[in-house]
Amino acid sequence: MEFLYNLDDSMIEWSRAQFALTAIYHWLFVPLTLGLAVIMGIAETCYYRTKKPFWKDVAKFWQKLFGVNFAMGVATGIILEFEFGTNWSNYSWFVGDIFGAPLAVEGIVAFFMESTFVAVMFFGWKKVSAGFHLAATWLTGLGATISAWWILVANAWMQCPVGCAFNPDTMRNEMVSFAEVALSPFAIDKFCHTVISAWIIGAVFVVAVCCWYLLKGREQKLAVESLKIAAIVGLVASVGAALTGHQSAARVAEVQPMKLAAMEALYNGGTDQSLTGIALINPFAQPDYENEAEAPLKIAVPYALSILATNDPHGYVAGINDILNGYTKPDGTVELSVDEKIERGKKAIAALAAYRQAKFASSDDGSTAAAQLQVLQENMPYFGYGYIRDKSEVVPFVPINFYAFRVMVGVGCLLILFFMVVLFFLYKKDITAAPKWLHWTAIVMVPLAYVASECGWLVAEFGRQPWTIQDMLPTWASVSNLQSASVIVTFFIFLVLFTTMLAVEINILLKQIKKGPES
Amino acid sequence: MTYEFLQQYWWFLVSLLGALLVFLLFVQGANSLVGSLGGDAEGRRLVINSTGRKWEFTFTTLVTFGGAFFASFPLFYSTSFGGAYWLWMIILFSFVLQAVSYEFQNKLGNLLGARTFQFFLVLNGIVGPVLLGGAVATFFEGSNFIVAKENLVDANSQLSTVGSPVISQWANASHGLDALLNPWVLVFGFAVFFLARILGILYIMNNVNDADIRARASVRLMGSTIAFLVLFVSYLVHLLLKDGYAYDPVTGIISMAPYKYLNNFLEMWYLLVLLLVGVVLVLYGIIKEIFSCPMPLAPCPSIGGIWPVGIGVVLTVLSLLLCAGWNNTAYYPSTADLQSSLTIANSCSSEFTLTTMFYVSLLIPFVLAYIVVAWRKIDGKKLDKEEIRTDEAY
Repeated sequence: MEFLYNLDDSMIEWSRAQFALTAIYHWLFVPLTLGLAVIMGIAETCYYRTKKPFWKDVAKFWQKLFGVNFAMGVATGIILEFEFGTNWSNYSWFVGDIFGAPLAVEGIVAFFMESTFVAVMFFGWKKVSAGFHLAATWLTGLGATISAWWILVANAWMQCPVGCAFNPDTMRNEMVSFAEVALSPFAIDKFCHTVISAWIIGAVFVVAVCCWYLLKGREQKLAVESLKIAAIVGLVASVGAALTGHQSAARVAEVQPMKLAAMEALYNGGTDQSLTGIALINPFAQPDYENEAEAPLKIAVPYALSILATNDPHGYVAGINDILNGYTKPDGTVELSVDEKIERGKKAIAALAAYRQAKFASSDDGSTAAAQLQVLQENMPYFGYGYIRDKSEVVPFVPINFYAFRVMVGVGCLLILFFMVVLFFLYKKDITAAPKWLHWTAIVMVPLAYVASECGWLVAEFGRQPWTIQDMLPTWASVSNLQSASVIVTFFIFLVLFTTMLAVEINILLKQIKKGPES
Repeated sequence: MTYEFLQQYWWFLVSLLGALLVFLLFVQGANSLVGSLGGDAEGRRLVINSTGRKWEFTFTTLVTFGGAFFASFPLFYSTSFGGAYWLWMIILFSFVLQAVSYEFQNKLGNLLGARTFQFFLVLNGIVGPVLLGGAVATFFEGSNFIVAKENLVDANSQLSTVGSPVISQWANASHGLDALLNPWVLVFGFAVFFLARILGILYIMNNVNDADIRARASVRLMGSTIAFLVLFVSYLVHLLLKDGYAYDPVTGIISMAPYKYLNNFLEMWYLLVLLLVGVVLVLYGIIKEIFSCPMPLAPCPSIGGIWPVGIGVVLTVLSLLLCAGWNNTAYYPSTADLQSSLTIANSCSSEFTLTTMFYVSLLIPFVLAYIVVAWRKIDGKKLDKEEIRTDEAY
């Protein structure tokens, strides 16, 4: 495996950084698009049903803000799609047969719907009927949501590869069941959790804008009516995110136990596991999980981790050391140690190389190739481990996962409480006369909600390191062979470009909000 | 459906998407002329608003073109995008700038000023077509890459050629910019650029109800047409006379074949017909438009040239792309290692994936239908300055 060292390590890290940068920026814009789509859709539906011009103004106001944000989501999205090819070319070949399909379906089914009807939504108020316009508004949101479905199917497949088989003749994984890929339970959970969390962002944004108007004592009718929509959407979505989050965690425990162990800083697992509320972990260094029994100053909720992972207070949850050294699952199946998996992975890779050589050699009567193929098939589930140089490489960076998970869950719980308070003031008190702290809290909740949302992605993506595709291909076998300098240059170009555009977008949004609805 | 049929079918679809993309480059073509077509600030805004209602189609077609290539020919995706890194990155940068510029350019608080964002639109209008055209030209001219699948298992094996696990390697450090050193790539790139300008001019003449802009457009149509014809005819002659990259469908061995593309057109006569019909339609549309104008800077009675020219462009580009991949031709030839060249047979997805995607592709007519319906609704009335002043506008 010496050849792995021929790749420039810094190039791999910069490629990861560039993809992470693009994804983080992309996720600043997309959730607002998905969330605002629901709220402006509801507002326009109110207009369609009541024919009151007030609702038209409300819908047009949110659509204007939607439009400012929409283009940035589109712009960062195209970079993400093409970066699979530009920076992860080996990945693109190794699993392109499976991974490319959801991206193509996304383009054909979702992007065209989105791009066609968004133009009607913005420019069609005087050109199409009210019904057609309403349909265009909802179809714009539906297109964005379908787009999210397919890209999350693709992402879920990387976390939990299903519906595929390795073909040694083509040297790649090939799809054997589209239904398994498109409807994988992992994908369904991921879609529900992600899209619902995006609705929260939209709702928090609208609530914050409305509360700002209330603070300033202007646009009160728009603010109150929009608050009614957004607070209900926000509360339903927050509770939904908690429920789907639980489901996602259970799925992670099953498919990516190392990710769960890293999220929990669980060094040694077992039954009756408690969920860590907080513990003191150095945020800048990997903890000494081999020698420490548990994270220091740990405050935990008894049995909660077992419930989260297995829906059983006495359920078994594997820790980092269990996974590294091998363990027996409650159902009796034995999970091999990582060292053994590495051994078997190397066997699989060697067998694949021998199979290929035998096939090309004119002297082989087919028996050598057949024998090597059998060795390959026996060890194929561990193929990716053959690229692992040391077992410590399969442990993701614990501090990021640990803290990001807590921020996500903590802010998520706070959001449920926040939306309940807003609804209380809306329906039981007078929100226009509510104390100023509530309005200011709403404004503060916007960055907090974004941080929580990005933290969710940090957990999802850092937690699966070093795998690009779980157990199948690590990052260093997935990259393109580029010079570090090239990737560094493009990284900083993207950084400057996206940051500048983000600043522009925020400034325009603030000006639009300050300006208020046009009539 | 046989595997071979599916390969041909998917090459057809990718080629069709490519052809539609070139047609939709009218957005870039018009943007590259935004200053000279628009005249003053209000005129520029009118031109930008006209293309601004279509830019998403071009953008989406580009994304779908990429997605369809990924799904159907993943080895091309990994080899070209990972190898010609800089070529694709520059294209992407320019399209990112374009995507935000429409929305931001005329908004209060855009920090950089309207002229900056309008400059981004012009930049994309020039860089986008030239480099996309250049990228397409490499289908005929070749690129500098090596594919060695054995790298994935053992860089030291006899079958491996380089010391890393990456199977697709660019054979020089320029990562795609070397293509721009080939004069024929530039000729084709600039031919696409001037074609985009012709399309942009015709689109603006059709879509914008403004006598001044139409008159300015008609003047610029002549110059772009002459430049396009010189470049396109030169490249076409070069293509028909050059050696091409053929492969043996049984052994998969790739070899140079004299007059390969000329022979492709002769052997696949229907492509030749497509090409000729396409070229005639392009010329007909342009000539009709030019000769309908009584004199330079006078209003032109004919404004429908975009339709024959648009259809002609789609047919012409489609025939060229099909010629690049069908009839046992290597569509992405390697100048570094002939046997690494990509063909529709050695770079495509599995039969299962192509079959699955075949069924997905049946949705395309439905998608096209609702695009046409929506487009007709929005374009029912020509865009004018009055609408920009009183209705929703960028």
